[in-house]
Amino acid sequence: MEILLKGVGYSYAEDTPFEKRALTDVNLHIPSGSYTAIIGHTGSGKSTVLQHLNALLKPTEGVVMIGDRKIEAGVKAKDLRNVRRQVGIVFQFPEQQLFDETVLKDIMFGPLNFGVPEKEAERRARELVVQLGLPDGVLEKSPFDLSGGQMRRVAIAGVLAMEPEVLVLDEPTAGLDPRGRREIMDLFHELHITKNLTTVLVTHSMEDAARYADRVAIMHKGHCMVTGEPKAIFSNEEQLQDYSLQPPRSVRLQRDFEERTGLKLGEISLTEEVLAKNIALAMAEGSRSL
Amino acid sequence: MMEKMIFGRFIPGDSVVHRMDPRAKILFVFLFIAIVFVANNAWGYAILLGFTLLVVFLSKIRLYFLINGLKPVFILLIFTFFLHLFFTREGDLLFSFGFIEIYEEGLRQGIFISIRFLVLVFMTSVLTLTTSPISITDGIEVLLGPFKKIKLPVHELALMMSISLRFIPTLMDETGKILKAQMARGSDIGSGPMKERVKAVVPLLIPLFVSAFKRAEDLATAMEVRGYRGGEGRTRYRQLNWQLADTLSLVLLAGLTAVLWYFRA
Repeated sequence: MEILLKGVGYSYAEDTPFEKRALTDVNLHIPSGSYTAIIGHTGSGKSTVLQHLNALLKPTEGVVMIGDRKIEAGVKAKDLRNVRRQVGIVFQFPEQQLFDETVLKDIMFGPLNFGVPEKEAERRARELVVQLGLPDGVLEKSPFDLSGGQMRRVAIAGVLAMEPEVLVLDEPTAGLDPRGRREIMDLFHELHITKNLTTVLVTHSMEDAARYADRVAIMHKGHCMVTGEPKAIFSNEEQLQDYSLQPPRSVRLQRDFEERTGLKLGEISLTEEVLAKNIALAMAEGSRSL
Repeated sequence: MMEKMIFGRFIPGDSVVHRMDPRAKILFVFLFIAIVFVANNAWGYAILLGFTLLVVFLSKIRLYFLINGLKPVFILLIFTFFLHLFFTREGDLLFSFGFIEIYEEGLRQGIFISIRFLVLVFMTSVLTLTTSPISITDGIEVLLGPFKKIKLPVHELALMMSISLRFIPTLMDETGKILKAQMARGSDIGSGPMKERVKAVVPLLIPLFVSAFKRAEDLATAMEVRGYRGGEGRTRYRQLNWQLADTLSLVLLAGLTAVLWYFRA
């Protein structure tokens, strides 16, 4: 499913002395089946954009198209249930939204709200618990008895159980240990491919953006400055600096390596693995030419 | 809608009223509330209204904003106005239509009570709009100081007040966040039959309670770690500073009382 933002502006607390402009003339196209990373400095408007993607916020200017549904500034939008079913959001620290007596009931909350039959909702919950690597017997436990990392996984399962067509992730791994981070990000990527999802990842981590996304959008002071392929975005270091961003670790390491050895590795490496391979290749070639 | 509510909110600013000592402002408002009842005729109420508008003007709060923010209060105001209009049966009959009869005294009472109400709401709003919650608590703590003699835990009460005030915005934020998260999961608060709505509140309240308790615990630990041991012998970081303007404000109030007394019927 495709999402399109056209000239979107948003102000919090409009018409009061507390009015705060968060977005100005944002144009963003999220094609169906893409994995888009939205990056930007703190306070650049990333999270505000994210909430427009399933009409939790309605733009104060401009238009948001979610599939065929049009959300327009100043026009009352009725019955957003369908939009919310199609676009699932995993918020930052999603474990804060857990509330039910058991993990099973909590995961089933979303699907049941959208009219999925009970049997089917339960089947999804059982399947997701395995997929997310939660221990056996967790379904009957209270979500408040779990560890922080497990609560996070349960909350994510609660969103995935809705089987959305678009999955929006807001810093889904903030505060997790590196291994847990990797596992969860890999799982999202796997789902993106196997279920043919459209994924939007809002993140501070340039590494995650470089590793998983096929499109990157940079937000800066409420504007969407550029969109492009990760390779193009992350090789333009000056541009990144203008928006107070840094290239991912692997790109920085590659640059240092090239400077010190005088070897050229060619295209930028978006992940450590690719960089290692490129360095190995360059070294092999270098030793041959000696 | 909640964003537009200004009841109990503080707007930082720089005006004579903002700079006043919180003790003076609190005293001023309390005395004013008493003085309002001195007025009993058109002159008196006109003076009260003028005086209130003067204070609003001095506080540099836009009148439009004040009126807009107090909309929910106006519903109550209109209600009281009509209550007096319809149910006071004194003086000459002005108007009658079927069972509705409006008397002169009713109209008078309706207008007077409305002005009294308006003036009180404006004045108290100016207090909270121009004084940070922390200053208000500081002021109250000092003003209630004498009651320590009768074993009233003044410091603890003030601390409780400032902590709860401090956490109102935090909890509001959190409510918004959880509400959005549950809305994204298809929960629909604010529509459907009553029974469904009540049920939809549960997924909002439980996470909110959980996090509020967690916050309280963290705060208690943080305070203990930093050696908090109650008000005994505690010095103040923010010193209150009574100035000429504060004395003048109370003199002004005395003047107002005298004028009101003079015009009193």
